[in-house]
This record gives sequence, structure tokens and C-alpha cells, in this order.
Amino acid sequence: MFELSTAVELEGNGAVLVARHAPVGMVTLKAGLNRAISAALKQSTGAGVPPKRKIRKGIAWMAPDELLIFTESDPDALIRELDSRITAPALLADVSDARAVFTLKGRGVRDVLAKGAPIDLSPEAFGTDDFRRTRLGQVAVALWIPAPDEARLICLASVGQFVFDWLVNASQKDSLPDYFST
Amino acid sequence: MSFRLPDGGCLIDRSQPVAFTFNGKRVQGFRGDTLASALMAADRRMVGRSFKYHRPRGIMASGVEEPNALMNMGEGGRFEPNQRATTTELFDGLIARSQNHWPSLGFDIGALNNKLARFLPAGFYYKTFMRPQWAWKHVFEPIIRRSAGLGQVPTKPDTDRYEYFYAYTDILIAGGGVAGLEAALEAGRSGAKVLLLEQSPYFGGRFMVDDVEVDGRNGPAHITYLLDEIAKLPTVTLRSRTQGAGVFDHGYALGFERLNDHAPTASGPRHRLWRIRAKRIITATGALERTLNFAGNDKPGVMLAGAVRDYVRLYGVAPGARTVVVTNSDDAYRTALTLHAAGLEVPLIVDSRPQAGALADAARQAGIRIETGHAIARVNGYKHVTSVEICLQSGAGNAVETVACDCVAMSGGFSPVVHLWSHCGGKLLWDEANAMFSPDISRPPTNQHGEGFVLPAGAALGALETEACLASALAAGRQAVDEVGQSRAGDTAPRQVRAQPEAPMSPVWAMPANAPYRLRSKTWLDFQNDVKLTDIQLAAREGYESVEHAKRYTTIGMATDQGKLSNINGLAVLAAALDADIPAVGTTTFRPPYTPVSLGAIAGEAAGKLFKPTRKTAIDGWHESHGAIFEPVADWRRPYAYPAKGESVQAAITREIVATRSAVGLFDASTLGKIMVTGPDAARFLDLLYTNMMSTLKPGKCRYGLMCNENGFLMDDGVVARLSEDTFLCHTTTGGSDRIHAHMEEWLQTEWWDMQVFTANLTEQYAQIVVAGPRARKVLEALGGMDVSPGELPFMGFVEGKLGGIKARIFRISFSGELSFEVAVPASRGLLLWNLLLQAGASHGIRPYGTEALHVMRAEKGFVVVGDESDGTVTPHDLNMSWAVSKKKDDFIGKRGMQRSFLTGQNRKQLVGLRTLSDTEKLPESAHAVENGKAIGHVTSTYFSPTLGHPIAMALINGGQGRLGDVLDFSAGGAIRKARIVDPVFYDKEGARQDV
Repeated sequence: MFELSTAVELEGNGAVLVARHAPVGMVTLKAGLNRAISAALKQSTGAGVPPKRKIRKGIAWMAPDELLIFTESDPDALIRELDSRITAPALLADVSDARAVFTLKGRGVRDVLAKGAPIDLSPEAFGTDDFRRTRLGQVAVALWIPAPDEARLICLASVGQFVFDWLVNASQKDSLPDYFST
Repeated sequence: MSFRLPDGGCLIDRSQPVAFTFNGKRVQGFRGDTLASALMAADRRMVGRSFKYHRPRGIMASGVEEPNALMNMGEGGRFEPNQRATTTELFDGLIARSQNHWPSLGFDIGALNNKLARFLPAGFYYKTFMRPQWAWKHVFEPIIRRSAGLGQVPTKPDTDRYEYFYAYTDILIAGGGVAGLEAALEAGRSGAKVLLLEQSPYFGGRFMVDDVEVDGRNGPAHITYLLDEIAKLPTVTLRSRTQGAGVFDHGYALGFERLNDHAPTASGPRHRLWRIRAKRIITATGALERTLNFAGNDKPGVMLAGAVRDYVRLYGVAPGARTVVVTNSDDAYRTALTLHAAGLEVPLIVDSRPQAGALADAARQAGIRIETGHAIARVNGYKHVTSVEICLQSGAGNAVETVACDCVAMSGGFSPVVHLWSHCGGKLLWDEANAMFSPDISRPPTNQHGEGFVLPAGAALGALETEACLASALAAGRQAVDEVGQSRAGDTAPRQVRAQPEAPMSPVWAMPANAPYRLRSKTWLDFQNDVKLTDIQLAAREGYESVEHAKRYTTIGMATDQGKLSNINGLAVLAAALDADIPAVGTTTFRPPYTPVSLGAIAGEAAGKLFKPTRKTAIDGWHESHGAIFEPVADWRRPYAYPAKGESVQAAITREIVATRSAVGLFDASTLGKIMVTGPDAARFLDLLYTNMMSTLKPGKCRYGLMCNENGFLMDDGVVARLSEDTFLCHTTTGGSDRIHAHMEEWLQTEWWDMQVFTANLTEQYAQIVVAGPRARKVLEALGGMDVSPGELPFMGFVEGKLGGIKARIFRISFSGELSFEVAVPASRGLLLWNLLLQAGASHGIRPYGTEALHVMRAEKGFVVVGDESDGTVTPHDLNMSWAVSKKKDDFIGKRGMQRSFLTGQNRKQLVGLRTLSDTEKLPESAHAVENGKAIGHVTSTYFSPTLGHPIAMALINGGQGRLGDVLDFSAGGAIRKARIVDPVFYDKEGARQDV
């Protein structure tokens, strides 16, 4: 889903690589996040409701009543399937085109992100299944760090170019504070 | 004269010469020099003119407290004023210019002010220039502006990059002297995460200069030991060239890192602003030496004693060949001994105390003459010191002896750097023995749990002597470990210190004690702002008894150094003048940052194209490449018009309107907010949000709705489409999408949490394109795939399907008054659809139109725009939209608000149309309607209508709806324009054009 080969824009000359992906399948689910919802999700996607502020198997916790589901299949099909399984009131919407998705790769991804996100990004505080809605400079984003030298970030599509430029600027060579041990 | 010593200087590398220019002249120093040490080595002792009196000034200090040696640094995009030479590391090609002199440093016309000093007393600008009133603007201010002030204002944009960094740590330590390093080692051994910031390029502070022995190691060796031990700890981070600049609530701190000031051509950012969250903050910020208050203490060559020692030991520079030391305490004796050991002359140590301490014996053994109970009466020399006159400290300044010298090393004792402790509310104690304010550790700044979160250590705590300093640092490290919830790794044994014991100091606030006016009026307290002893005394006499008032009246402590040298002396003098105790007078407030932080660092990366995010639609690139000129709407940029080459903007707008009204136009409406509202209670929820009824809307239909706030004032409008029984899509204005979504969530989460409703802001999921004009249907039909006939898709209906192969939802709504379709497709398909529509419409004369054409067309139809016709004080009734306010509903937001008596009267400002009597002159934007000398309303929208061939306008006029046909006067930049009140719907009132 996040292969660099499908990137629509890529900058590899900085201290870390910055890539913007082509639209990725994303579905917003808003509902009371109870066991029934978790069971329905598991049937459709193989994974249930993740714990607070976590991302597990492509399902991200956005708010106490909101999840973001990343999908490689047709979002409309997933929405129909979930709709048929979920009996409680719920909102399902395709948001694949509403957001820009980025991958950062290389030693120092935490350093780059910590230039704009006012959160504790140390490996002890922010593990590979943590997911955080925060900001990057002036822009609202959500981010996670699925592997030691790899970070993922989403923002609204309208500021996709701004965020790409921001990331390229922040990852220029000789600009990393090297604050994080790994 | 000052000069480079043949050897010594632990920070410089004599094999690496560095060339720079000062006032255009080439000078040479060594790698490791500061600009100040290099200037001094080159015998450049006069480095600037003072702020007010233009007196010659020299380097006084060796660190951040330097008041005089401020430079205009760099050129062009790297020019920066007020840079301290003492904290500027030397690099090849450095360009420095002295400040505040005209025409030259050596000859300065402004120095006349010195002779006119009696006309420039404290608060002179409140007194001298009161009358005549016109003279301030035309005479006094221009003269003062030319002669006063420090650095110049940069004229070119900054070429450097800056950035932020957000860091979290258990323990933050400000200061990398011995106390900070000891605390870092002690705390770091526990495994706690420690971040230590040191403002200078090297660690060790005074330990690099002073003769001490710790655990059998000399000062520098002990620092090396500490650094080696710390390097073994993975959780401790040391950052040099980074100042702990401020402490704020909840353990928040500011670090200011100067990465490339010493290497401006290196890659990477110049400054980095660290925004740090720490559980505990240890302030190991040391102490600053104080000046002594004697006549002529501002002349070049008069320096702080500790700084004199720094220049010899750190940089191998002699500030003078023959130095008189003057002191009220023991530490300055170390300077005398250091100078003597370097082979420099020390003709005399003047000690104001009746008796000196053990260090005096060492000086005597070295053959240095000491005069206790004495003082300096005055310093002779103009551009630099030539001699000092010695007198009794207890006397009135009658000289008993004149001693030739070219340098004076003074020490008035020390003040702990309590700034960071105080920034967030830490309180101070007056330490009588050392005559200084130090932290009152029983009253620390407190965090969100009510716990103290700042721990002072070392000299910053007031522990000036080495043994106490080290003990307090280890204790602070341990306390911090305990308080952040780590367990200690075994305590370090107390350090074994060998240092000379010190005798008590004796405070001296005036030298000599009974100095007459003639001496006091040449005695400086604040060097950077030119405040003298007599200024403070005058302020006290004139009733400025509060220290905060005296500060502002005299401007003491208000320069870029924020009174680092002057504050304590100033308030001691004020206390003496008021016959009060020093602690009763108190200090002024310490505010962050500790030293000035560059504006670039505060702006961070937000400059140039990263200045502010601009939201762009999926079709934005097409607009740009087709010559659109843009206007900002909320955070979006939208095409205002598409002028062709050589075409005026007005002509383009006219062409776009004519094309749309006569054939077909294309408009990017993607920025309109689109909020999905779903759930069993969705219809009930929307009935409460909108003023009109939404629950009666049939699935597959659209309805225009208004939203008010609780006061009954219009806040947003838009078309609501009912997608299914329990799902609605609410369109908002471009600026309203985030605000209205938040408004919905606020009501759902805080008031109507029992409703089963979910909302999602889907604004950016869709690109939305308007196809409007008599041939609009033909264009969509040419694209194919969906039946858009009037039967299948009537006015205010919508259909879903595939248009030209793209999944689409087509709404039949109109803001132009024409036959109009709004096509929503997934945003990633937006540009494709745009291009397909252009292609399909080519034979029909399709043209894109911008927001201005849109606005003209909606005004022709009398449609309002939220924010133009409404301004937060306008109800739907004021806008003739009572039809959109339900009378059947029990409640909705704003219902009670708009029923209040003053919102229902007939004389409210009401929306009307305006037809100018002239067919060529349109009314100015916001022009006021004037009647009987009173403004009775104003223009809200005004355009030239190409459709009608004359200007049109809308306005809010008192009782306007009852005044149809009246002619009103409008003020237009001095002239009066007449316009008749008419129906605001100028065009196609029956709506025949949109309903075909």
C-alpha cells in the first residue's frame, strides 16, 4: 500500500527520503467503538478496534468514536461490507481522496518530525504501533512510525504540497539535531 | 595598550590565524578567539559609542553580560545589529562595524551630548520637550532619533534558515559549567534522561580559568574527567552553543541553539529554537560579577576583574600592560595574581574593605602593593584609561595619589544568575553576607501538580565557593532523580576541594562613600542605556520610589542586556536614596529570554514558501497554468478571474459573465464545505441547527438553509442534500467548513450527547465543479452516462451515477441564476472531469469563470454572501429571508435570540438593492448612506453589471425595506453619489432561467 514505487513525488537527496503516495484507500468509521463493532471489523478486515492512540493492522484510532481504516481493496466495497455487518448507528465514508499520505525513510525520521510535532517522539515514548494526531508546524497531521527508520504521515490533501515542501526542508542534510538514539 | 601574550590561552589555536574586518580595516585573530578577544589582541580597545552621550566605550566583560561591545555584524542578507562581540566566535571573513557613532568612531559629533548632559537628565523626554507641542515632531524627535539608538535596521531579507525542535526529557540542565556537569553526571548515572544546554562553545565555565583542585585534579582536568564520564552515559545529551533561554509553566523551557553563527557558510540552519518539556529543570547558570560605582567607570580599559582574567587565561590576551585592581571582595585578587604570573604589571590593588583576606597574603608575597580602605575617586583618560586617582573609601573623593595605568579591573562582588529560576515565579532571598539575591528554595516555581520544578545549583543557587558549589550540584542531581521517579545509582562521594578560603566581601554602592555630585554624575550604573548614579537618585527625589517606576523613568535595565550588570547596583542605589533596605525595594521582574533570541529562530521554518499553508484544490494547477489571478478565501486560494494575455481583469470578468449568461461557464467550487451528517437523529439534529425545516426534505432533494448562532445572527448558509432517510450532506461556505463542523460537534458532544448522530467533514474528498448557463445541460449530455433531463433531475434535486465514466453526484442548484449543475466527484478525478467538461463544452463556447464573476452574477440575482451582506450583527429577517426561518419548529439555535425586541424592530438595518442615478459611476465599497447628517446604513456589495449595463449594489439601510423608491446620498471620498432604493433582485426575478 505504501510502496515507494507508487510515489507521485519523491525527494531522496536529503538526510531522509520524503515520498508522497498516490491516493491510498482510506475509510472513516464513526460509531460507538464497542465489541460488536470490533467483531464486525475483524470479520471484514481481520483486525478489531485498536487501543487508544494506536494503529494495529492498518486500523488507526482517531478519536473515542472514530477509526481510520487503511485498505488495499475498493473502499466502496469495504463500506458496503461493513455497513451490512454493523447494526448500530454508524458513519462510514470514503476519505481516500481527502488526505495526502507520506512516507519518510532513513535514520533520523524522528528528528525530522520532532522539528514540527510537539510530541514526545523518543522510541521509548512512541513505539511502532503508536499513532498520534498532532500538528507539523502550522498544519494538522497524523503520524506513526511503523519501523525504526520509517515514518508515515497523513494530512489534508489541500495542504499536501505544503507538507511535502515542509518535510523536504526539514530533512535537508546537516540539519538533523540527532537527538534520538535510534 | 592591550595585546596578545606570547603564550597561554587554552581556547585558541595559534597555528590557525583568522582574518576579519572591523570598521572596514583588516584585523587578525586566532581560531578559538571571540571577536572581543581578537579586537583586544589587536589593541582595539574602544569599540563603540554610548547610547545617549556618545562616550567612548570599550569591552567590559567576557560573556553575555557585555553592555558596550555591540556590533553591526555581517552584510546584506546576513546583516544583524546589536551582536555582542564577547559571544561572537571569530571566523574567517567576519565583518563587524561599531555602532552609534557619526561620522566615525574616533570623531563623533554626538559626543556634544556629553557636554549637554545636564539637559538630558532622567526622564528628560517627559520634561525638556513638552513645549511647544509642535517641536516634538519637527525638531526634537528627528534629532534624538539620529543621535540615539544602537544598531541599524537590516534592509535585506534574511538569507539564513531557522527551525524549531521539540524535545522531551526527564531533567533539563541549563549551564555546562562545573555545577551543571556534576549534576548531569550524578543524575545521568541513574538512567534518567538528561539534556544539558551550554550557551558557549566550550564546557567548564570558571573551572577553565580559576585555580582549584578537585579530587587531586586541576580545574580543566576535572572538567575533562566529568565529560569523559558523561560520555559513557547513553541517556545524557550535551549541547554546546545552546542557551537555556527561558522557563515557562508546566516544565516548559526554551533553548536557543546557534549552530552556524561561527561558520555562516556551512550548510544547515543558522539557529534552532528548542521547545523542551522537562519534568525537572536544574539551573546551573553561574553568577555575574558586578561593577563598582566610581567616576569614569565606563571608560575603555575599565573592565570586570573576572573578565580580565578570562582574556589572559582563555585567549592569551592582556587587556592592559599595567592594571590597577579595585575590589570589595577576594575574587579580584585572583585576577591580580593571574596578571602577575603572566608577567604583567599590577601597580596596586585598591580594596575598599578595612582588611583583606588570605588571598591578599599571596598577592603580597608576589610583591603586589595593596591599599585597604581605599577607593578610586576617578578615572582619567578619554578614549582609554591613563591613570586612576586614589582616595579613602570613607571620604568624599579627595585624591591622595594618582596611579598611572592602562587598565582597571574592578569587582563589586557577584550576583547569582537567578533569571531562569525567576522566569516562572521562583522567589528570591537577600543574602546579607554576600550582598546578593539568591533563590529562596522554599518558594520555587511550581508545576501542574503544585510541586517545585526548578532546582538551582552551584553559583546560581548562591554557592559561590567551590566546595559548596559542587556539593549543591550533586545534591540537585540527586533530588532531580528522586523527583522524576528514577532510582539513584549510588551517590558520588563529596568532592575533595583545595581552594583558598575567602574573606567576607563588603558591599560598596558608591565609591567613595561620600562622593560629591561632580563624581556621582560621572558614575555609570547602566552602560548600555547610559544611566548614571545621579539619575537614580533624581528619580527617587522626584517620587519614583517603586523599583519598577524608577526603572522605566530612568530606563535602567531596559537595554538589550536587560540590566545584567546594572540591576543590583541600581536598586541598591535606589534603596540608599530612599533610606530603605535593599530587599524592601525588591527587584524588577526577570522575563524570558535570558539574552535576545533572533527573530528568525522565533519564526522558525515559517518563511518564504513555508510562511503559511495555502489550501489548494485538485484543479488548482490548471487554474495557475491558465493565467488565473487568485484571491485568498479562508486558507484557500481561489481563482478570482482568468484574464487572457493583454486583457484587463475587469474585461476578463465581463467576458466570463457574458459567456456564462449567454452560453455556459465552468467554476471550481471544490472549496465549499461538505459535511456528512448521519444517524437516526440526523433530521432532528439539523432541524435544531438550521433556521428552516430540514426534516421535511425528501431523499434525493436539496434545500437551501441558514444557520444562526444563539444570538440569532446569521453565521453560515448552504445547500443541504438528503442522501437517504438518515444521511444528509450539508454544504457550508468556503470559510465555514471547519468552523461549522466544529460547531456541530460541540453541540453533539456537550449539549445533545444523547442524539444518535455522527458527522464527518468530507470537504476534501470531493472536487465540485459548477456547470452553469443556458447550454449547461447540453455539455453534460455530451459527456454522457447520466440522465440530467428536467424530468429526471429537476431544480433542487440531485442524482448519482457515472458521468463520462467518473463516479459522480450531480446537484441541480444555482448561485448564478442560470440553469446550473454542481458535479461532485472524488477529488483525485477532479482535474480529469474539469478537462472533460472543457472538451465537451468547447463547441458550446464554455469558459471558466472566477469568484468575481460568481459574485457579480449572484448580486444580479440578489443572493447574499455570508460575510458581505452579514457581519455577525445581521439576522435572516434583516436580509428579507424570513421565508427561511421556520415558524413551525419548537426550537432551533437562534430562535429565542432573534425574538428579542431590539432585533425585531422596523428600524433595523435591512437589505435593499441600490440603483445609482448615474449609469457609469458605481458606489464605493462600504460607502455610508448619509441622511440629515447621520449615517443610516452602508453598502455591502457593489459591482458593475455587464448583464444589465449599469452599476448595481446591495446595502443595509435603516428601515430599508419600507423605503423602496427613496433616493439616498452616499459619501464617496468627499463626493456625494445618489442611488435609489430598489428590489435587490435585479435580474430574472421570477427565476425562469434557472428552472428550465
